[in-house]
Amino acid sequence: MRFDLEIIASWIKTESTVLGLGCGEGDLLYYLKNKKKVKETGIEIKESKVALCIEKGLSVLQGDVNQEIEDYADNSFDYCILSQTLQQVYNPEGLFKEILRVGKRAIVSFPNFAHYKIRLQLLLAGKAPVSRELPYQWYDTPNIRILTLEDFKIFSNKIGFEIHNQAAIKPGDKSHEGKIVNFLPNLFATYGIYEIGN
Amino acid sequence: MEAVCNQNFNNSDMESSYGIVEKQFFHIKDENFTLQCGEKLEYITIAYETFGTLNKKKNNAILVFHALTGDSHAAGFYKDSDEKPGWWNIVIGPGKAIDTDKYFVICSNILGGCMGSTGPSSTLPDKTTHYNMKFPVITVTDMVRCQKRLMDHLNIKQLLSTIGGSLGGMQAMEWSVRYPDMVKSVIPLATTMKHSALSIAFNEVARHAIKSDPKWNNGNYNDESKPDTGLSVARMIGHITYLSDESMREKFGRKLQNKKDISFTFDSQFQVESYLKYQGEKFVERFDANSFLYITKATDYFDLEMQYGNGSSVKAFSKAKAKFLVVSYSSDWLYPTYESKAIVKALKKNRLDVSFCEIESTLGHDAFLLYDNRLNKMLKGFLSSVYNGIKNEI
Repeated sequence: MRFDLEIIASWIKTESTVLGLGCGEGDLLYYLKNKKKVKETGIEIKESKVALCIEKGLSVLQGDVNQEIEDYADNSFDYCILSQTLQQVYNPEGLFKEILRVGKRAIVSFPNFAHYKIRLQLLLAGKAPVSRELPYQWYDTPNIRILTLEDFKIFSNKIGFEIHNQAAIKPGDKSHEGKIVNFLPNLFATYGIYEIGN
Repeated sequence: MEAVCNQNFNNSDMESSYGIVEKQFFHIKDENFTLQCGEKLEYITIAYETFGTLNKKKNNAILVFHALTGDSHAAGFYKDSDEKPGWWNIVIGPGKAIDTDKYFVICSNILGGCMGSTGPSSTLPDKTTHYNMKFPVITVTDMVRCQKRLMDHLNIKQLLSTIGGSLGGMQAMEWSVRYPDMVKSVIPLATTMKHSALSIAFNEVARHAIKSDPKWNNGNYNDESKPDTGLSVARMIGHITYLSDESMREKFGRKLQNKKDISFTFDSQFQVESYLKYQGEKFVERFDANSFLYITKATDYFDLEMQYGNGSSVKAFSKAKAKFLVVSYSSDWLYPTYESKAIVKALKKNRLDVSFCEIESTLGHDAFLLYDNRLNKMLKGFLSSVYNGIKNEI
């Protein structure tokens, strides 16, 4: 499994309940269901991806995360997972309030826009950065929110949530490889993963 | 609501099909069998067919429901020379989405039908005459209660799944709230918790067509003089609602039938006109007009929210325990996606395990009866996961 997903999985307690927001083809949920006996629910907007999830035997709903999450009562899940989805969320503030309402904890991961290669592209080439993590041109990107590890800390203060666990990572050449970045993470990590709660 | 029966069928289907199946009959005699309308029906016959084998633990049974004008013949053939297989042969069979090598599938003709089960065209117990319009008004609940009797008769105490599209989906959902301890999973396809004004309106126009036919004669007609005109118009109206703007544009557009130019007459000239006419004519050969009246009325009366939830969809599903897979089709204008999403919302609010997918399709309401690999794969994966979850239970 992908390195970042493996870290997320390692934080999740066995037999817990998980809501995966923007769960894609369900790789993480499938792993959690089969390896950690998690009771999974996924929300994904794309029909073809939803169909793949259901085919795998996962419980997944097609829909928009902002709307679908409203139907759940407070503390319905042990964890809400927002893996590589935040950069595409229209109203992050509203969604964070929701995931912290329906989930006892939330796990959030996103690409770090302050990685030194991105900084250099802007500084030296003077062009909107394009990277492995954010591989789109400015005119065709679905990523409408670009943020840094530092921004996320400031955001946590603004919204008022606690960061209980965090990992700044740099994936290796193969998708399942990677390492934790402890030295100047906001400069050298390509992704940040956070476990947050009220 | 009904098999278009223009499925791409060829000889290779025979090989992968279930094979020969026999229609069976289950007789209920119960002087206290009171229908929802309050009337009693002492003698009821239910026609049914089974596919596959019930395992020793009796935990692999799946109940499949047909739609408005379907029957118990869900898959396979009655005899080798049959031209067409059962109406859901693309989904039910060995190795197929509803795998008859693995599961025991049962499908029965609904109460009020005309394909072997008791309905308005049946004769009264004293054999003197047919019920016709003296048949009591039946509901989806009545249909489901007859199916429950059939399950008791077959000694089936647990259903791995209840599956159906359209009116079949209504029955599938009703099972989950009426017999919550029996049903492990439910797959409602292209269906609704209650008929919208649009659906009732179409049904009423169809019924009106039948009742306006002088040959209907208040329901008292015979084989020599049937309300074929009315019934075929009813079918034509129904058929329009099963298609979509897109599918009709793709299939017919403004193409003419065997003509180069319009003729400024009132003959059927456009292809869509001849198509509907043909569908209507074909339908009267196999379907009873009074049955059509009764069954469409049952769909109009269906209101899961009101009956089980006092107007609240959330409350309606409060007793359900099953896992759900809800599927809608993007071009279904009879039961649009928002109606499926309302089901999903109610299930979610009851913290039930639910999956939902809106399949992109131009085929309209009837899409669920046509071959679709996406649906097949979802059905297969979903049923496997339910079966894996319970097969080791004692």
